[in-house]
Amino acid sequence: MSTSNRGTPLVELRDISIAFGGIKAVDHVSIDLYPGEVVGLLGHNGAGKSTLIKCLSGAYQADAGEILINGEKVTITNPRDARSQNIETIYQTLALADNLDAASNLFLGREIVNSMGFVDESRMEAETRKIMGRLNPNFRKFNVPVSALSGGQRQSVAIARAVYFNAKILIMDEPTAALGPHETQMVAELIQELKAQGIGIFLIEHDIHSVMKLCDRAAVMKNGQLVGTVKVDDVTDEDILGMIILGKKPAKAA
Amino acid sequence: MTDTSHRPQTQEKDGPIAAFLRATELDPRLIGMVGALFMIWVGFHLYGVFVLGDGSFLTPRNLWNLSVQTASIGIMATGMVLVIITRNIDLSVGSIVGVTGMYMGLLQVEWLPQWLGLGHPAIWVVTVIFGIAMGALIGAFQGGLIAYLSIPSFIVTLGGLLIWRGVAFLASDGRTISPVDATFQLIGGGPFGAVGATGSWIVAAIAGAGVLWMIVNGRANRKLHGFPLRPVWAEVFMAALGLGLIIGATMVVNAYPWPKGILKQYYDALGQEVPADAFISHGYAYPVLILLVVAIGMTVLMTRTRFGRYVFAIGGNPEAAALSGINTRAMTVKIFALMGALAGLSGVIASARLNSATNALGDLDELYVIASAVVGGTSLAGGVGTIYGAIIGALVLVSLQTGMVLIGFGDGSYRKIVIGAALVLAVYLDILYRKRIK
Repeated sequence: MSTSNRGTPLVELRDISIAFGGIKAVDHVSIDLYPGEVVGLLGHNGAGKSTLIKCLSGAYQADAGEILINGEKVTITNPRDARSQNIETIYQTLALADNLDAASNLFLGREIVNSMGFVDESRMEAETRKIMGRLNPNFRKFNVPVSALSGGQRQSVAIARAVYFNAKILIMDEPTAALGPHETQMVAELIQELKAQGIGIFLIEHDIHSVMKLCDRAAVMKNGQLVGTVKVDDVTDEDILGMIILGKKPAKAA
Repeated sequence: MTDTSHRPQTQEKDGPIAAFLRATELDPRLIGMVGALFMIWVGFHLYGVFVLGDGSFLTPRNLWNLSVQTASIGIMATGMVLVIITRNIDLSVGSIVGVTGMYMGLLQVEWLPQWLGLGHPAIWVVTVIFGIAMGALIGAFQGGLIAYLSIPSFIVTLGGLLIWRGVAFLASDGRTISPVDATFQLIGGGPFGAVGATGSWIVAAIAGAGVLWMIVNGRANRKLHGFPLRPVWAEVFMAALGLGLIIGATMVVNAYPWPKGILKQYYDALGQEVPADAFISHGYAYPVLILLVVAIGMTVLMTRTRFGRYVFAIGGNPEAAALSGINTRAMTVKIFALMGALAGLSGVIASARLNSATNALGDLDELYVIASAVVGGTSLAGGVGTIYGAIIGALVLVSLQTGMVLIGFGDGSYRKIVIGAALVLAVYLDILYRKRIK
């Protein structure tokens, strides 16, 4: 699984800054991601991880800095732009419309329409059954609003949405926060599978053990600034903890 | 898991009612609403039979009038469903009816005849298009203020309620514009503004064919994708129910004959004597057919198009909708424009029916329209609502209103008390229902 950090990165965020009412939420942060690589983003609540990543997913627009995809500069001003660059996001809140069923959520904003321009509900449900059969074979509740689903089931709908549309770049914001041990394991396996397909993944995660297990590199943020990016094989749990709490980069991994 | 598509639901032990509902896939709330409507109708009729000695509610004449009176409110209620689903409100629809009605009155009575000549066949067409477009523009403007300037819809449309009513008054200096164009007037209903017996059966045949096509096509579609099918008896039951309702309604509107005065007028125009056994049916009134077309169109819009999906998604989770790439602001403008257009259409029907444009046109309609949507199961919390529910809601409210008049409580105060109480009760029952299914 070695990722050679050479060649053109899949994504490069260069010198990104964004401020809200004078508070610098993200302060000149640069970070990159290679195909088939998982980069963990760590930091305290409010360190700026989610804000940084929202600049990539189109939810926010950076005040300064550039985004490069496959070495080319792109402009991402809204979620549609991000999607057209094959960037898919699994938000911490899951971003599901609770009153709609799984298929409607999966295809939200990208509905399958028939030749007359009408939404093809049956085909969307059939496709949803197909992908859910792969991701979560126990999933049965196709005809109820997602508000009636368990946390894990909701999560699998959100994941299915990101995976279905052939993401090249996947952003996962604490994907296992609401899950039980079994489901967490399923997500871990999925990440390995997607990685093997050459998809680049940004993983925002609080749990250092998950980061050590799933990620190739870890980027730590504190107070909107990047503390540093390290290869997880070169550091210990304590090193990363030190980066998160003290904001100090370990000497040997520099 | 390869066979998931054939048995998606876990089997539970059901009573006969639950099994029936599952097989027919009927919404229990729909059944509840129809049941309530039926009880109101029978209640008023029986009160008439036993207390007044004459049951006049369940008569072709009253039911026909009921259908015409429901049209204007019902058309707007379908639009209000979208507004409320997306967690907004539109208090200005009554005033939009007033202002579009007034300008349409001026256009067809005072302005167009100068250019086209009195009674020109294009007058009514131009007037109708103008009224609907004016309503849409007002709605789009209000929607723009709500979406792009982030002013709450309650405030924008409360302002609209006052402003458009004032504009309507100033437009005519408070005069009543009357009578309207002769063809335009037919849109409001009345003996000549209806399709007659044969026309009604043609409508019924088309509607019946539509029901059968939906059932057959729906079944074929499920088969195509390997989804569970409804049992055949349930399909037959649904077809019979649909056809039965259509045939029943058609028989009712055809059982209401033209009154003697109209018959005389009609035969006089032909230069004939009125035959002794003369019986000319009203049939479906034009405004009712317009409501029908609007209802079908809005249902298709809400259930079969991306636009409808986005309306529900915005209501369920506005943030998620935006993150999915839906332009929620543009959607808000479109929804309010649609609401305005429907209010303009209601302005057409209301002024045509009254044969005049008055300052009171559409007064307090906003309350009936919102109440119809809410009684019909549209949740003020957003995300939930149906077009058919809103129309049944409108029928319930108009039934209460006309029923009170029929049984001799026509004086406004009783009517208001009953309708107010019905609104609160309907919402309470809906809350109970939602709690129970959770």
